[in-house]
Amino acid sequence: MAFISSGYNPSKPMEDRITDIGPRKYDQFYPEVIKNNKGKWKYHEILEPGILMHVSDTGEKVFTVRVGGARLMTVSHIREISEIADKHCDGHLRFTTRNNIEFMVDSEDKVKPLKEDLESRKFPGGSFKFPVGGTGAGITNIVHTQGWMHCHTPATDASGPVKATMDVLFDDFKTMRLPAHLRVSLACCLNMCGAVHCSDIAILGYHRKPPILDHEYLDKMCEIPLAIAACPTAAIKPAKVELANGNTVKSVAVKGERCMFCGNCYTMCPSMPLSDDVGDGIVIMVGGKVSNRISMPKFSKVVVAFIPNEPPRWPQTTDVIKKMVDIYSNNANKYERLGEWAERIGWERFFDLCELDFTHHLIDDFRDPAYYTWRQSTQFKF
Amino acid sequence: MAKHETPMLDQLESGPWPSFVSDIKREAEVRAKNEKNVEYQIPQDVCEDILGVMELSFKHGRTHWKHGGIVGVFGYGGGVIGRYCDQPEMFPGVAHFHTVRVNQPAGKFYTTKFLNELCDLWDFRGSGLTNMHGSTGDIVLLGTTTPQLEEIFYELTHNMNQDLGGSGSNLRTPSDCIGEARCEYACYDTQDVCHALTVEYQDELHRPAFPYKFKFKFDGCPNCCVASIARSDMSFIGTWRDDIRIDQEAVKAYIGGEIAPNGGAHSGRDWGPFDIEKEIIGLCPTGCMRMDGDKLEIDDRECTRCMHCINAMPRALRIGNDRGCSILVGAKAPILDGAQMGSLLVPFVKVQEPYDELKEVIENLWDWWMEEGKNRERIGELIKRQGFQKMLQATGIKPMPQHVLAPRTNPYIFWKEDEVEGGWDRDINEFRKHHQR
Repeated sequence: MAFISSGYNPSKPMEDRITDIGPRKYDQFYPEVIKNNKGKWKYHEILEPGILMHVSDTGEKVFTVRVGGARLMTVSHIREISEIADKHCDGHLRFTTRNNIEFMVDSEDKVKPLKEDLESRKFPGGSFKFPVGGTGAGITNIVHTQGWMHCHTPATDASGPVKATMDVLFDDFKTMRLPAHLRVSLACCLNMCGAVHCSDIAILGYHRKPPILDHEYLDKMCEIPLAIAACPTAAIKPAKVELANGNTVKSVAVKGERCMFCGNCYTMCPSMPLSDDVGDGIVIMVGGKVSNRISMPKFSKVVVAFIPNEPPRWPQTTDVIKKMVDIYSNNANKYERLGEWAERIGWERFFDLCELDFTHHLIDDFRDPAYYTWRQSTQFKF
Repeated sequence: MAKHETPMLDQLESGPWPSFVSDIKREAEVRAKNEKNVEYQIPQDVCEDILGVMELSFKHGRTHWKHGGIVGVFGYGGGVIGRYCDQPEMFPGVAHFHTVRVNQPAGKFYTTKFLNELCDLWDFRGSGLTNMHGSTGDIVLLGTTTPQLEEIFYELTHNMNQDLGGSGSNLRTPSDCIGEARCEYACYDTQDVCHALTVEYQDELHRPAFPYKFKFKFDGCPNCCVASIARSDMSFIGTWRDDIRIDQEAVKAYIGGEIAPNGGAHSGRDWGPFDIEKEIIGLCPTGCMRMDGDKLEIDDRECTRCMHCINAMPRALRIGNDRGCSILVGAKAPILDGAQMGSLLVPFVKVQEPYDELKEVIENLWDWWMEEGKNRERIGELIKRQGFQKMLQATGIKPMPQHVLAPRTNPYIFWKEDEVEGGWDRDINEFRKHHQR
């Protein structure tokens, strides 16, 4: 495994350097039918779950077969995707915002062999490599973050709970029986690099224990003022601490009752880890949306304050989600998103129907917006 | 024989959804066999060690990644995220496991040639693990060592004509919806704007000079498929200001049940025959539609372009022809002061090359934020701290009722001295001539 250079010369880093060129231009990657019809699309139809037909003003059509992807994928998997695209799609494909893969062909007769090829491919463990679906009034892929695969602040894993949840929701990925589309997202801590705060169902990792303080190393590893300034609730203050060996060191003290468990201090200071097998777990938030359709975009609301992490399959989390999806499906009107349905029937009825406990954790007490979520009315349901 | 036992992860190989565990196991095998004789530049058993460390996290219920160090490529302040394992002796293959963000092409279309080149690079110099794609939109190459970073950058820029994405307090990699490339709802060319602004603002993307991160996202219509309104500091959402185009024959076809509503999105259940009164007119949030006999009428002046009727009857109704975008500012995830949605700043602007009108708004906002923003303060938080009015001042945009859902419910107006006739300097003696002490 000798080091091989591709041409970079460390003693002259600026020699022959190319920078600031940006991404490749999008149109180098368009399939022919997209190139010819861009801006001319007239309408689309979902021919069956996972298969879209877009019709152009020119009369040309593009057929898209959408498959789920695990987001976390290896180069072998990508090569297999490429092999399929070479075989069926003239070497073109695209990914969607929600980590699906779309294979496009320019005539209907090419759809069936493509679909059959995709669905025939399975991993040795039995899972589909390329499940077709994720369209219309159903559930498409979960957007998610890194979790235990790659992140330093997660309160839960990402790939694991996503796999477990999609296994449970798989039928709704393959069909379009729901009143409207339903978007599930996962962020492994409240920093939400996956921004799940406007999802129909959000799975959110949450810590419940303030940071552990590694006093002996804290001042050596961290800029104490930065750690203090990182705290959104001013829960951290400087402190002098006497160690077991009698030495006094500069460190910090954390006011536990003010901690919101965001981990921003840990981002600034590695001597303040938060992770805990018992403290960490999952919050379920529901009813958000980003579309402006019918009602305005909405934030998701916390409906389950805590579920413990239960690797490898997070059964309590997936049970709650599956139940909510089914109750929504059975009760909401056509076109009604989960949040619109909950607002129409009232959140008190939502908890009732979904058989969820309502605890004090679910009443907002975080700064100004809290007041606007209390009920300033005598209108409520028993 | 696997290097580490992974009994918990193994349980994620069953079930229908694609198993990342099976996929990584396959990659581990491919690397072990090395049939292509790749001279792997990072440990050959990296995939086995990633499974090992994941299994340990599944067992412990805690992550085993340390906070990243400062790593990167010369001259850039972003694009690479440092990552180290906190059990390097147990899992030497992933002891150093940095991430490289590669700026994805707008629209996320690819040729297999490009993807194969990327795979070759990542086989050779990385773990073979990726995210297609990261939350912000980048191609994420997961797991390499520090000495590889400059080489990866060299190969990307020299051989693939491809640059890194953003990280840290800079412009993050912009992203867009599929737009005009394959969608009849697109009100502007999201891909072209996304690409043009990414290229225009390369300096801001690679060299952190902002108080915190800044994201652009481009949605072609108010359906917001890239969630720009929730996820980007500046959200560009396509819209139009003339009339929805109606094909009355197609309306009749929907009513007659000849065309399935919503492009067939509800075909998985029998919802009964299509009822235009209930499903379209009754759900219109402004009540601006009605049937005149068998003719559908829309009072377009009252329409707020929510897209419902167009989504539900795509063959009968089409977006208007006088198209552009709305610009909303300040969306962000909850940290620190609660989640924010984008607030409407520019109701309508034409989206035309070279996009100077968009750039003017962008640069005015950046000037204000870079001057006034505190360390780690998103622009949405600055708007809240200093007030919406300050953003209007900074951008020279006139206040208008479209900016608010409702006018303020308190009268605590911070009048400025120059708004009040005669200013605030007054003569107490003059006052006392008429008002005794």
